[in-house]
Amino acid sequence: MNRIRVVSSGLLTTVQDLGRFGWAHFGVSASGAADALALRAGNLLVGNAENAAALEMTLAGGEFEFESPAVIALTGSDFGAGLPLWSAVEVKAGETVRCGPTRSGARCYLAVRGGLATPRAMGSASVHVATGVGGRQLRKGDVLPIGEGAVRKPRAGQEAPPAGERAGVLRVTRSAQADWFGDELYRSAYTVTEESDRMGLRLRGDAVPSPAGHMLTEGVPLGAIQAPPDGQPIILFVEHQTTGGYPKPACVISADFWRLGQLRPRDELRFERLEMERAMELLREQEKWLQGLV
Amino acid sequence: MTLRPVSDRSLLVSFGDEISPEAHREVVRLTRGLAGAPGILNLHPAFASVLIDFDPRLGDHAAVAAQVRERLDAPAESGAVERRVVEIPVRFGGDAGPDLDAVARNAGLAPERVVERFCAARFEVSFVGFATCFPYLSGLPPELATPRLGAPRKRVPEGSVAIGGRQAGVYPLASPGGWRLIGRTPLALFDRHGEPPPLLRMDDRVIFVPEGRR
Repeated sequence: MNRIRVVSSGLLTTVQDLGRFGWAHFGVSASGAADALALRAGNLLVGNAENAAALEMTLAGGEFEFESPAVIALTGSDFGAGLPLWSAVEVKAGETVRCGPTRSGARCYLAVRGGLATPRAMGSASVHVATGVGGRQLRKGDVLPIGEGAVRKPRAGQEAPPAGERAGVLRVTRSAQADWFGDELYRSAYTVTEESDRMGLRLRGDAVPSPAGHMLTEGVPLGAIQAPPDGQPIILFVEHQTTGGYPKPACVISADFWRLGQLRPRDELRFERLEMERAMELLREQEKWLQGLV
Repeated sequence: MTLRPVSDRSLLVSFGDEISPEAHREVVRLTRGLAGAPGILNLHPAFASVLIDFDPRLGDHAAVAAQVRERLDAPAESGAVERRVVEIPVRFGGDAGPDLDAVARNAGLAPERVVERFCAARFEVSFVGFATCFPYLSGLPPELATPRLGAPRKRVPEGSVAIGGRQAGVYPLASPGGWRLIGRTPLALFDRHGEPPPLLRMDDRVIFVPEGRR
């Protein structure tokens, strides 16, 4: 089996696919790629099924030596590898792909033709960093087997990344307790704090007053914006808890999930309200863009 | 029952806003009824609600709402489903349960009496949620209810048996937590290399037994 050797791991590099579904009623959140759009695009470019396992690098990437010839694609943010992004690229046996600190957003994906054949837990190769389900973050010296799961030819030529990268706007729809809140969330910009991780993006800015209404702990979706008692919003991210007791004024739209994965500490953002129908229309447009890569 | 879209890929089904046996029965029925249904990615049961995550490429809120109504309109299964009873050995107090004395003071009872009443109670898993395999247990004797800590601990050890307000729970993994720790079990509630179902599942009955007295 062909393999990738981890020469250096980078800051936080994990194996990710689109996540594990069907286990939330056991408290297991889906996990999966933080920028699923970049992961899916990378897989399609190298001729994989969109759910194949790939590497997710965070803020600063690692160095990866390929033991045999391979076809890879780097998608998401520019980590300075010196290779074209959003494009299938051939690497030779013994060649090392060197990524460094990000030059744009928070995450870069390295997809490899055939997909990574790392062990799966509950139907997914995705590493849930907080619990260790699915494995752990990569270390120097790790060896990753490459699978044989390619389903079509790699795509020729370079693709344009999705529009509006780092535009600083997150679009949302109303969530479970929207009626409890005024429009505080939409009045000013928020800053992503250093305490953010794959569980949640913790924001700092004008407080969103948290009404003292009665609510029972209830299920929470990916992208939900929680308003805890101190009023500083938390956006629930891919490793989020499955239930929660804080009220939620809004939830980020699916078509903007990838932007969440590219937000870095100290980035500024604003929230913009949309109607549900518009959110679903934007997702359909995004899916059409992605299917154009097949 | 109310149905509310809470994101562009989820629907929240609520059975009132109080914890009750009736709401629990509906939550169990809907969660079991929808398990594995096409287009549905995840079910998040809670005290009186079920959040349904669906694949927005395959369906929308109206289609999922129709599936919910169909499941709830179906007659309840005839004959009682046999409920599992799980016994959990616990070492109470000391290092294993640093908050046992605080719970005892709050209840105006000796720590030994707290342990007796806790072990005499018949708990039920309301749902599994929040963190991986964390069981929310109802059935805590009212006099043992204790407010959560003002500031959560940074690290609660794996297996800690705890009281949070009127609920009890067991921490399957070391994690931050604000519940009052009264003991610890050596049983694994979760196997990170295996597949759930975990030791405790929604609707199980649970009995705690002092370690060494099984």
